[in-house]
Amino acid sequence: MPQKEMELSLVFPGAEERRVVAVNVGVMSYNDERAALLRRRYREAEIVVFNVMSSPGAGKTELLARTLDAVGAPSAVIVGDLATDNDARRLRGVQGNRPVAQIMTGGVCHLEAAMIERALAALPLEGVRLLAIENVGNLVCPAGFDLGEDFRVVLFSVTEGEDKPLKYPKMFKHADAVVVNKMDLAAAAGFDRSAAGENLRLVAPGVPVFWLSARSGAGMASWLEFLRRRIHA
Amino acid sequence: MHEAGLMARVLEIAARHAEEAGAGRIRLIALRVGALSGVEKESLRFAFEALKPGTPAREAELLIEEVPLRGSCEACNIEFAADGLYGIALCPSCGEPVAAVAAGEELEISYLEVI
Repeated sequence: MPQKEMELSLVFPGAEERRVVAVNVGVMSYNDERAALLRRRYREAEIVVFNVMSSPGAGKTELLARTLDAVGAPSAVIVGDLATDNDARRLRGVQGNRPVAQIMTGGVCHLEAAMIERALAALPLEGVRLLAIENVGNLVCPAGFDLGEDFRVVLFSVTEGEDKPLKYPKMFKHADAVVVNKMDLAAAAGFDRSAAGENLRLVAPGVPVFWLSARSGAGMASWLEFLRRRIHA
Repeated sequence: MHEAGLMARVLEIAARHAEEAGAGRIRLIALRVGALSGVEKESLRFAFEALKPGTPAREAELLIEEVPLRGSCEACNIEFAADGLYGIALCPSCGEPVAAVAAGEELEISYLEVI
């Protein structure tokens, strides 16, 4: 390449000589290593782990509280948020005995594997079969951080609009399941279900999509069935 | 976004590799940043300028190589450049959207120039 030769000829006597050091290291490698350790730990404990991600206010806590009460497997939750007592109480379940660990991220926009390690130290997992991780409400940053989970669930609600998948493609491309929540408000929000479905197909073809309302319970059955299949897979 | 945290990690990895190579100063850090890496170039540059003082890279420049999104269609057994917006990768052969990403999610340090 003539251009390369020109570059080389620029090194003249007296100039500092630069050396090239090949690195080829991913910036996320530290988190990826921690996540691999977590994954092994979940396997050994025979716990199925899923990571739930959405914008703030899409209904993660509501979905998880209703889901874990109904799924029929002993569960625990790690919630990354500046969660109030109210949120934690909802996640502790109707009998109030579900183990819940809160991670105060102190302004950090996502959960990292090292935070999960610390949360697990305080979480009694004896007999637990299903661990839900409620990520920080954010559709950008959490996408890049592997938490060692078995699968990822991305949630958005009808009030956020049909184009959510187009705005946050990285998040949706890595989803193993998508939940569209608050379907009971679809008409009031002017939500176009077929447009949303087409956007999901373009960005994340083949991903299972569950159209439901966590609050009314409509559509919850097939979502719970999906979870049960994953638990017994 | 967390570009400052990521850049702190970049500077740490770069300093370690420079030290292992017996170099005192870093003159250039070359990054490969995928179109779908989820990070913003301008924020990375800002974080680099803000964080480099006091590190072996204090006089270094940042080179960002952008990696476009490439999809991979299993049905047609081809890899292709996805020119669509929004992370949409349509196979040029069958016209169907594909989920598999062949390139474009990178966020890595490719090399350093040191003295």
